[in-house]
Amino acid sequence: MKAMTYRGPYKIRVEEKPDPKIEHPNDAIVRVELAAICGSDLHLYHGMLPDTRVGHTFGHEFIGRVEQVGSSVQNLKVGDRVMVPFNIFCGSCFFCARGLFSNCHNVNANATAVGGIYGYSHTAGGYDGGQAELVRVPFADVGPAVIPDGVDPEDALLLTDAFSTGYFGAQLADIVEGDTAVVFGAGPIGLAAARSAWLMGAGRVIVVDYLDYRLRKAEEFAYAETINFGQVNDIVRELKKQTGGLGADVVIEAVGAEADGHVLQHVTSAKLKLQGGSPIALNWAIDSVRKGGTISVMGAYGPLFSAVKFGDAMNKGVTMRMNQAPVKRQWPRLLEHIAAGHITPSDMVTHRIPLEHIAEGYHIFSSKLDDIIKPVITVA
Amino acid sequence: MPYTADKPGSTPDPEALRARIPGWGSDLDPADRPAFPREQPGIETGAHWELPPQQSGAAGRERSVEHERVTPVFGTAQPLHGVSGAIRRFAYDRFSEGQTAHWLLLVAGDRVDAMTAHAASLFSKRPDDPITESGVTGEVAHRPIASRVGRGRIDLKHSWMDPILVVGPWVVAAVLGVKLVRAVFLPASKRGK
Repeated sequence: MKAMTYRGPYKIRVEEKPDPKIEHPNDAIVRVELAAICGSDLHLYHGMLPDTRVGHTFGHEFIGRVEQVGSSVQNLKVGDRVMVPFNIFCGSCFFCARGLFSNCHNVNANATAVGGIYGYSHTAGGYDGGQAELVRVPFADVGPAVIPDGVDPEDALLLTDAFSTGYFGAQLADIVEGDTAVVFGAGPIGLAAARSAWLMGAGRVIVVDYLDYRLRKAEEFAYAETINFGQVNDIVRELKKQTGGLGADVVIEAVGAEADGHVLQHVTSAKLKLQGGSPIALNWAIDSVRKGGTISVMGAYGPLFSAVKFGDAMNKGVTMRMNQAPVKRQWPRLLEHIAAGHITPSDMVTHRIPLEHIAEGYHIFSSKLDDIIKPVITVA
Repeated sequence: MPYTADKPGSTPDPEALRARIPGWGSDLDPADRPAFPREQPGIETGAHWELPPQQSGAAGRERSVEHERVTPVFGTAQPLHGVSGAIRRFAYDRFSEGQTAHWLLLVAGDRVDAMTAHAASLFSKRPDDPITESGVTGEVAHRPIASRVGRGRIDLKHSWMDPILVVGPWVVAAVLGVKLVRAVFLPASKRGK
């Protein structure tokens, strides 16, 4: 099969690889139709996540058709068109039994601090991902779901991570009616979080980024007020000014490990890999949330330490909530929102790129060319 | 502004928000939020086992020392091999995830893996090509100048480093290779000329 393969930092190519095989009775093999490049894939691409091995196939957002099932699979059959959550989970461990699917303890031999994720290094379990023609899907009775009739394939694709994660982030922020929500980052997760904050009853939603085209998208897609932090002297002071000096009720951090806005923090993490991630947006969140407010962290960071302003968080009595999203739990409600016309996740897709050209896709996404927001990889 | 018990600013009108934003407030009730409460025992998952059967091939597979055993299901994408594999295995066998050495060794293993793979590719039918593999050819037809210039992009302060990060290791490897060849094949008296 053809698959995207990692060759080292900033270098990938498409290779012929052996087809994946059933390795466990509850495995399935899925023939991928659509995949996406996630902003967090760029952390891998830039060599930021430990134990990213040469030959690894990225891709944790994908949909496709079931090609083969293992002997114990009961809930799927060959030919089913499925959406696959980015989390790999067993459905039966201590954590899965409580709905913490992203924290499954039975799928990642390499680490206890993170569950299993498709195509996200050996630190996340060592599973090849979906930017390929075929992919092994463990626990086929637990993770994937048949795409309901009438659901747009790109909407389904966006529910496998990006929109579900943004929706989850808005929920973790514990928004009550009339709250002012600030969202750092106008990438797909931030756009989804901002859009979802309204569903929870927010009174104001302010999105912060430095890319003008993404801020325009935040205004159109998420009905948000926007601030370009590159055009204000001090973003924390600006947000305080916008909120009567108190700060925002809730802040959703949707940037993660390669946050920009402070050259030293960015270079020591994204370029020199001396931190687990650049905590610029996280520190801005701590400083711009009101005392007693809530910060929801959806940005992805590596396992090494980062220079976080924890003293301010403590002194302000901030509640910080975070997790990788258990996306399958979000699906029933999000499918209702799609059916009701409240949301159209696929509206954030800007580029459709054939698998053969995926190296160019990564470069365009990484360099933020051509007003890119969400690239979809067409496989079938 | 004096600080009082009231929230500053005007209170948003729910009806105006509902009219402007599709679905506004439809998840106001926490019962409509699927992640509330975050821990929900008893969710139907589709699992029909108490403990999943063990995937074969676990013997010898690296694992975090914080796990008591190799997990019932595990990835088999790129097994450990070579020098990078030895570094990674040492990291897994010796240090827990709580120790910085664990992660720094894994990062070192990654860099050794990339270098040895690049070197090995030179002797393969498909040597690494930093031009196509970096995807820089995507600059064509994707507005490389208009996307960057005149738009206040603050990342331009450091994005000049990216080509150095991509090409730099190749240059260093080439220089070291030449030095090595000279050291091996040239008599000491002729080196440095």
